Amino acid sequence: MDDVRLAERGVDADAKVKFECRGVQVHYGEKQALKDVDADILDRTVTAFIGPSGCGKSTFLRCLNRMNDTVASARVDGRILLEGEDIYDARVDPVQLRARVGMVFQKPNPFPKSIYDNVAYGPKIHGMARNKAELDEIVERALRGAALWNEVKDRLGETGTGLSGGQQQRLCIARAVATAPEVLLMDEPCSALDPIATAQVEELIDDLRESYSVVIVTHSMQQAARVSQRTAFFHLGNLVEYGDTEQIFTNPQDPRTESYISGKIG
Amino acid sequence: MSPFWTIVAILALAALGYGLGRRRAMSLAQGNPRRLHSRPNYYGWNVALFAAVPALLLLVLWALALPLLPHGAASSRAAGILAIIIAVAGLAVAVRRTTPEFRARNAVEQMIRGLLILCSLIAIATTVGIVLSLVFESLHFFRLYPWQDFFFGTEWTPRFGGGSRLGILPLLWGTLYISFIALLVAVPVGLYAAIYMSEYATPRVRSLVKPAIEVLAGIPTIVYGLFALVTVGPLLRDWIAQPLGLGNSGSSVMTAGLVMGMMLIPFVSSLSDDIINAVPQTMRDGSLALGSTHSETIRQVVIPAALPGIVGAILLAASRAIGETMIVVMGAGAMATISGNPFEAMTTITVKIVSQLTGDNDFSSPETLVAFALGLTLFVITLGLNIFALYIVRKYREQYE
Repeated sequence: MDDVRLAERGVDADAKVKFECRGVQVHYGEKQALKDVDADILDRTVTAFIGPSGCGKSTFLRCLNRMNDTVASARVDGRILLEGEDIYDARVDPVQLRARVGMVFQKPNPFPKSIYDNVAYGPKIHGMARNKAELDEIVERALRGAALWNEVKDRLGETGTGLSGGQQQRLCIARAVATAPEVLLMDEPCSALDPIATAQVEELIDDLRESYSVVIVTHSMQQAARVSQRTAFFHLGNLVEYGDTEQIFTNPQDPRTESYISGKIG
Repeated sequence: MSPFWTIVAILALAALGYGLGRRRAMSLAQGNPRRLHSRPNYYGWNVALFAAVPALLLLVLWALALPLLPHGAASSRAAGILAIIIAVAGLAVAVRRTTPEFRARNAVEQMIRGLLILCSLIAIATTVGIVLSLVFESLHFFRLYPWQDFFFGTEWTPRFGGGSRLGILPLLWGTLYISFIALLVAVPVGLYAAIYMSEYATPRVRSLVKPAIEVLAGIPTIVYGLFALVTVGPLLRDWIAQPLGLGNSGSSVMTAGLVMGMMLIPFVSSLSDDIINAVPQTMRDGSLALGSTHSETIRQVVIPAALPGIVGAILLAASRAIGETMIVVMGAGAMATISGNPFEAMTTITVKIVSQLTGDNDFSSPETLVAFALGLTLFVITLGLNIFALYIVRKYREQYE
């Protein structure tokens, strides 16, 4: 954990709380996947969720944009407030919520459309552009934001599925960024990528922190240490420890966290 | 010896050969199977196949050549004896070849592969045979009747006394018109049913609805024909055609088209449902996570992704519609006319093939031979559609594998 970048980046002292989660529980049918999680997620911060497989970290992530709604057997209890508003309240349309809380998935999943149409999909649906010129601008900005513009600017009409894995994932990030979300959720975004593409995406995540609150689920502790300022460790559905990344990796308070980061459980 | 007992004898020799081959291999290896190239069973199978396959092939060839041979009984006995001699010879050769070094597994697998190839060749040969018979009879027809008049003639009035007009256009028109109406019914209904089943229905409902729709596919077309004749035809005549002054015929293009459309619904819905289900869930998640609604996701992501497959399903349904006969006979009548009025009786290529070939015909008059030319035309149309459909379906599959 001697990554030089760690020291440079502390948590913004005055970062606002974006998500306030209290007593969050998730059941899949009879099985409880998440037990009584309390956590605050900060704005303009990269928060990493780490923990062994099946520990509930992805489940918790999918609570934050109500993607668990698409799973018939899932039941979510507790309160999750996005800027003070309960996102599970009946007055909140999950469709609108997901425009504010974007998501990038484990496996790159570009639509079988052109690169341009992939990025323009969200803005079109949400009526963010009044004309073609504005849409062009949004697409370009999103692709630049995802560090993909230079590689694809001459072939925006080609299909998105024809790109390499790393490019596809950055296209998916561009697609999510294009709808101007406030929070970006990433579910193991690098697990299907090679080291070079992983490095590119990690660099991108660091840039995204300027404008968004980023939450990333990762299996790689090195990755969590490299990209995040805050880290949450989940184990068997419990949020065991949550704090500044540096503190979690150098001075864990809970014996389970220590065992996990030193490779004894997992 | 009858063919039955010949076959029994050959199979008995093969069984004997299996035992002999296995025993010989084991004894040469001094009872230790590790010294053999292959497992002992393969030595047995090798001998058994060597004994049975050439002899049985001879019997098959003899059966195929039967009509060409002069003396029935004598040649039958000769063939039987020859087959058994070949079986014994095969057995002896294979047993002699059995040594521990002999690569029995490779030999057996090669023979099995040969059999598999033979089976697929039979299917291909059948197609080729059908095409050839159609082509030869059609050529025969075109020697008696000018091809220009056949392909561009607008009148269909066969007279067995001579002076027939055998233009295909009225039949082609009827075929395409009825198929078009059938697809107009089947495509929207089938597609929407598929979207409901794959996107909205709970697994429980889907497990009930899908088989229920597929029951439609199991109904014989003659039953659909009865339905057209007894129910749909009179209904359309009494409630739509007569009040609107469009016709007095119970059989009409509309009747046949509607009923054929119902028959095609399960084709379109079942295939489309499978194809929509094959669109990866991650694609839907990606769209939902961008804040699009379920219906936007279906319209803008799922259907476009599944479109090539859906088009393939529709084309397969279209080739079914074009080849359909019974529903047309009973629903649309037998009048060869070109008209735009969907409540008029019309007919199709398939119906006319049947009517030209039923009854006492000599196979040298153009009135009979025209059936083959019609059949060939139909075959070319449906083959073209099928190839196009398969091409599209295959292209789609490559996308997700």
